[in-house]
Amino acid sequence: MAIIERPSAEIAVAGAAPSGVKPSEALGVFKRPAASTSWKDWLVTVDHKKLGIMYGVAAFFFFIVGGVEALLIRLQLAGPEGKILSADQYNQMFTMHATTMVFLFVMPMVSAFANYFVPLQIGARDVAFPRINAFGFWCWLFGGIFLNTSWFLGGAADGGWFMYAPNSSTLFSPSHGIDFWVLGLQITGIASLTGAINLIVTVLNMRAPGMKLMRMPIFTWMTLVVQFLLLFAMPVITVALFLLSFQRSFDATFFDVAAGADPLLWQHLCWIFGHPEVYILILPSFGIVSEIIPVFSKKPLFGYPIVAMSGAAIGFVGWGVWAHHMFASGLGPVSVAVFSMATMAIAVPTGVKIVNWIMTMWGGKLSFTVPMLFAIGLVVQFTIGGLSGVTHSVAPSDTQQTDTYYIVAHFHYVLFGGAIFGLFAGFYYWWPKIFRKQLSESLGKWNFWLMVIGMNMTFGPMHILGLQGQPRRMQVWTEARAGEGFFNIGFWNRIASLGSFILAVGVLLFIINIIYTHKSKKVAIAPLDPWDARSLEWMTANPPVEHNFDSIPTVNNLDEFFHRKYAEDPNTHEVRQVATAEEVLAELNAHPDEHIHMPSRSYWPILVSLSLPIICYGLIYNRLLMGVGAAFLLLTMFGWAMEPSTAPDDDFDPPAPGEGGGHTKELAPLG
Amino acid sequence: MSTVTEHAGHTDHSHDESHGASDKQYVVIALILAALTAIEVSTYYVDFGPLFMPTLFVLMAVKFVIVVSYFMHLKFDNKLFSYLFYTGLILAIAVYCGALATFKFFLQKG
Amino acid sequence: MADTALAHGADHGAPHTTTGLSNNKLGMWIFLGSECLLFGGLISTYMLYKGRVSAGPQPDQIYDIPFTSVSSFVLLMSSLTMVLAVSAAHRRDDRNTNLWLTVTALLGATFVGGQVYEFTAFYREGLGFTTSLFGSSFYTLTGFHGVHVTVGIIMLMALVGMVRRNRIPGSKAETVELIGLYWHFVDIVWIVIFTLVYLIPS
Ligand code: HEM
Ligand SMILES: [Cu+2]
Repeated sequence: MAIIERPSAEIAVAGAAPSGVKPSEALGVFKRPAASTSWKDWLVTVDHKKLGIMYGVAAFFFFIVGGVEALLIRLQLAGPEGKILSADQYNQMFTMHATTMVFLFVMPMVSAFANYFVPLQIGARDVAFPRINAFGFWCWLFGGIFLNTSWFLGGAADGGWFMYAPNSSTLFSPSHGIDFWVLGLQITGIASLTGAINLIVTVLNMRAPGMKLMRMPIFTWMTLVVQFLLLFAMPVITVALFLLSFQRSFDATFFDVAAGADPLLWQHLCWIFGHPEVYILILPSFGIVSEIIPVFSKKPLFGYPIVAMSGAAIGFVGWGVWAHHMFASGLGPVSVAVFSMATMAIAVPTGVKIVNWIMTMWGGKLSFTVPMLFAIGLVVQFTIGGLSGVTHSVAPSDTQQTDTYYIVAHFHYVLFGGAIFGLFAGFYYWWPKIFRKQLSESLGKWNFWLMVIGMNMTFGPMHILGLQGQPRRMQVWTEARAGEGFFNIGFWNRIASLGSFILAVGVLLFIINIIYTHKSKKVAIAPLDPWDARSLEWMTANPPVEHNFDSIPTVNNLDEFFHRKYAEDPNTHEVRQVATAEEVLAELNAHPDEHIHMPSRSYWPILVSLSLPIICYGLIYNRLLMGVGAAFLLLTMFGWAMEPSTAPDDDFDPPAPGEGGGHTKELAPLG
Repeated sequence: MSTVTEHAGHTDHSHDESHGASDKQYVVIALILAALTAIEVSTYYVDFGPLFMPTLFVLMAVKFVIVVSYFMHLKFDNKLFSYLFYTGLILAIAVYCGALATFKFFLQKG
Repeated sequence: MADTALAHGADHGAPHTTTGLSNNKLGMWIFLGSECLLFGGLISTYMLYKGRVSAGPQPDQIYDIPFTSVSSFVLLMSSLTMVLAVSAAHRRDDRNTNLWLTVTALLGATFVGGQVYEFTAFYREGLGFTTSLFGSSFYTLTGFHGVHVTVGIIMLMALVGMVRRNRIPGSKAETVELIGLYWHFVDIVWIVIFTLVYLIPS
């Protein structure tokens, strides 16, 4: 079987003939980077799996950064009159904590899973636009680094993650922090937008034969919905960010109240983006648990079409509720009533999902592995967060709650208890697929329980704190005004801070688990199908080969992999195993496709994206540098445009070795 | 797409049939667009009275749809393109009109 | 843009995508759907702020409708030349493709030139970027559009060069068509701006 990484000479001629290019003529400016195993390969790779791993590793790094920021916040509030952070540092800390967690951890971690698993789940060999995929990753990474360099360049952004204008104008925040924030998010926004286009086209256009929309795994479904949300939400925040940066850098008047500006303009743009954004954060985790719960209940997902469609419904209704973040801003009674009703309505499709998960588990043969525990953790904790969300949707009640710790409790239950628990469920579930080894179950259980205890100890008391009137973003509290008895806010603040450290130990155990699993000789290579899973990503080698599938499977069922392993006895109606995972894979590999063209590596994605932070530093410090960056951008984009996505034979750096055998890579049979 | 077969031109089939108009027809369409623009501009010189706003809105919409349907081939192309594009368009109109409504924008004047 | 994972089997004749549609074209339409929300946001900002003139001229004191009508007409006609370029490209008629692409780029440049003239004229009449909310939002909206046209011109010129030297990776007709879609989109945005911003006074 020939895996053609460089098209053979004959194909290259046929390919280039109509446009009249002789195959010997090098296209583009650089020769193409050839495949290699060195670290440099990671810089030029366009492989969706490698990019997924890169997203994951980098996002986890930012998770730790954001986590340290959170611990500093909790240390500051652990006792009365905290002295750890000054008021100014405190503002920067909570702003960057939230920004990091939302834009640099959850969103890219979702991209990590989506990149790695969506092509596998739909039976594709890569995404639709592999180079744009790499470009998105580098944009995101450079944007995130750019954003965080503000810490060392005069202070980070301090306006809160929603950065309300005019509070975020230079008058109130003269440091460059917010400039970094605005520009950094613009860069990561490019990553989100290109990623969205790429994944939507991938899901619509790259499915294996027979993979109808209604046979796609729920994770792929939820990814599709989320990418549509990103597609339409990113431009809104882009507009808002442009307005703000024009105000800060070029003295535009958009949020200048003296000139007659309306401060609500920012709030609208921010939340038209912001509410779809919260679904961008949670829906992928819904998708992950919808994969996990059936596997560990040994039952198909209850009401598959309803789960898929309620996800789409959430995505749709999510566009009509943004002003529930603005109930206290004087919108007027009609608007408040309309948005209040809409917000209550959105709880319905969310509740439907919860019912579906519970019905899936009902009567199933449950096995409480670590992924399953995290999935159940999500169901329980998200429900708590969803219920407090419904209490905010009642506008009169929300006017009491808004801007208090009660809100902080709500969104941490849905985001930590929901989104992040879902991601951890995904880590444990898919780890053996990506890294060949299964994370330790016993360490994982400690990991899980410490996180559950820590999370509820940290955020549970915040309900009480908020209803007692502790405002969010409050830098110190004093014993004298802490109140009495059960409602003493000093007591509950201490509990919350203690909880946050338990939570941190839980996360630390995850890292220890990774190190233990991969260092210890006792941990064996995981079997091909350790969980007896149901979807296509498990019908690949361990880890998947570069081209994913030797032959593209034809899909006949929802849960195709399960149906290849199990069959119903026509007489007894008993479902029996008819093949092992190894046998299914061997059968699939028995007739490999003849010509598999994989997209070629490229230097351009990383180079083009590198110009963006240069432009942004230039905008802040030196207009000349900006010009240099812009010129670099233009040149690299030309370079990219000239380069075909699949390289002809002689367009490699180092040059392709020899004739014949050098063109094709013969792979040993897999099994 | 840059697949082998694509280069060789075997899969160009989607193009030939998707072309709804000839060059001559394009010119006619452009003339219609020019005429509509002329009417639009005439509202600046002639008083349309209460018809002023409705005329402008209708003409704007008609021009928009003509360009999208004929010059951008949306009328002849696969429906999926229409769904995707019009979803964005309608969403934008709905969301931003909603936001403007909360500013009482549409109540300001006639 | 021409960038695709080639995921097909031995059967070279079969369509390679699930829907049978080209990835690039699908991606372009999705992108344009997203652009609607970008321009929608800018237009809404302008609509909200056009009447808020704390200093400097009012919109209807400053707009030069006859002039803008001419430049709008120029941009509208560039859509015609663009579509002629696309149709020539489908006929594999390189000469006419290049001719119409060049004309389109020239018409686009005329439009942008008109915009530069308009901006300087407005500036002289006292409407700066920072003068009023109207000024900030007017320049931002029309400036964004102008940048889009400029990007389009750059792409057109690059395309002419690449068609000449046969350096287009992938299908030539499709590349022309994709850039055409972008160009028409920029044109329809101007159709909206022309009416909402210029013809309807504050
Ligand atoms: C059952 C569905 C939900 C309802 C009814 C709901 C309702 C609300 C409401 C009304 C607010 C505004 C409270 C205020 O500021 O006064 C709010 C805030 C928030 N919600 Fe939800 N929510 C729901 C689910 C979610 C989900 C799934 C997430 C994210 C995964 C989320 C994340 C947030 C965040 C981050 C905030 C605070 C934003 C801020 O002010 O910084 N919510 N929610
Ligand atoms: Cu919300």
